[in-house]
Amino acid sequence: MGNIRIIEVKQSVFASNDKRAAELRNELKEKKTFLLNVMSSPGSGKTTTLTRLINILKEEFKIGVMEADIDSDVDARTVSKNTGVEAIQLHTGGMCHLDADMTRQGIESLESDDYDLIILENVGNLVCPAEFDTGAVKNMCILSVPEGDDKPLKYPLMFEVSNFVLINKIDVLPYFDFDIEKCKENIRYRNPMADIFEICSKDGRGIEEVAEYIRQQIYDWRR
Amino acid sequence: MHELGVVFHVIDEIEDLARQNNVEHVNSVTLQIGTVTGIIPSYLEDCWNWAVSKQENMVNCRLIIEKIEAITHCEDCNQDYNTIIYGKKCPHCESENTYLIQGNEFMIKEMEVV
Repeated sequence: MGNIRIIEVKQSVFASNDKRAAELRNELKEKKTFLLNVMSSPGSGKTTTLTRLINILKEEFKIGVMEADIDSDVDARTVSKNTGVEAIQLHTGGMCHLDADMTRQGIESLESDDYDLIILENVGNLVCPAEFDTGAVKNMCILSVPEGDDKPLKYPLMFEVSNFVLINKIDVLPYFDFDIEKCKENIRYRNPMADIFEICSKDGRGIEEVAEYIRQQIYDWRR
Repeated sequence: MHELGVVFHVIDEIEDLARQNNVEHVNSVTLQIGTVTGIIPSYLEDCWNWAVSKQENMVNCRLIIEKIEAITHCEDCNQDYNTIIYGKKCPHCESENTYLIQGNEFMIKEMEVV
C-alpha cells in the first residue's frame, strides 16, 4: 500500500460531457447535419408533433430519427410507420436523460452518414434532459395545455436551455385554466430569447409555421 | 431526480483521473454542490454508496459534500441576496433584473487516494 495523497481536481462534473457535446457539434457542422433535441413531459404530444413536422420536412431534407426511452420501441415504430423515414430506438438503460456520448452512439448506429436533419426525441421529463448537453444544434421543448401555464416557473432550466417552445394541444384551451399569454410571459421570464409557437398536433394547426422555422434554422446551420 | 445518472458521471471522471494518476484505491471524493442545482445530497449519497460498491478500486469510497450557498446579484441596485429565500426578485428594490452569481456549481473538488 502506498501513501495516502490528495489529488486536487476542481472540475465541473458536467465539464467532460460539455466538451464531448461541443466536439460532436463541430463534427455535425462539418457534415452539414442539423441535430435537433426535442424535450418535453411524457404525454405532451412529442411523437405526434414530430410525425407531422417530419411529413412536411422530408420533402426537402433527408431525415433520421432517434427515439430515446428507458425501454420499449413503441415510438420508433410509430414514427417510422407514419413517416417512412428511418427511426431507431435508443435505450438509456434506466437513465432519465441522454448525454453526448449516448447521442453519438445513436448517430453512429443510424444507417446513413449524410442526413440533413437528425431529430433526437429525448426522454420525457422536464428536469434531467435539460442538464446534459447532447451536442444538438438547437433544443426544442413541447409544453401542452393540460400541464399548466406555470411549468416554465417550476422547471426553469428546461426553459432556459430551449431555443424554441411549442405550446401544444391548443384545441383544449377552453376546458383548462390555462392562460396562454401568462404561459408565454413565464417562458420569456426564464428565457427572453425563446421563440414560441402555438400548435395543435392533433389537427395540425401551427405545424406549418414550425416547419418553416426549422427549415430556416437548417439553412443557417449550413452556411 | 437524476442523482444516479449524475453519480455515474462523477465515477467515470474519477476512474479517468485514477488511471492517469496510477491510483490503487480511492478513499474519498469531495464534491461541491450549489444549493440551486436541484441535486438532493441524501439521494446522491444513497446512489453513491450503491454505485461505488460495483467499482473495484472505489469500494467503501466516502462521499464528502460541501454546500455552496446560492447568491443572486441585482443589476439595478447592485446588491446581493440569498436566492433560496427571495428567488429572482430583488428584496431590496423589487427588480427582476438579476442574475445568479453562485449556487449552480457541481464540482469535483478533490479526491483522497492511495
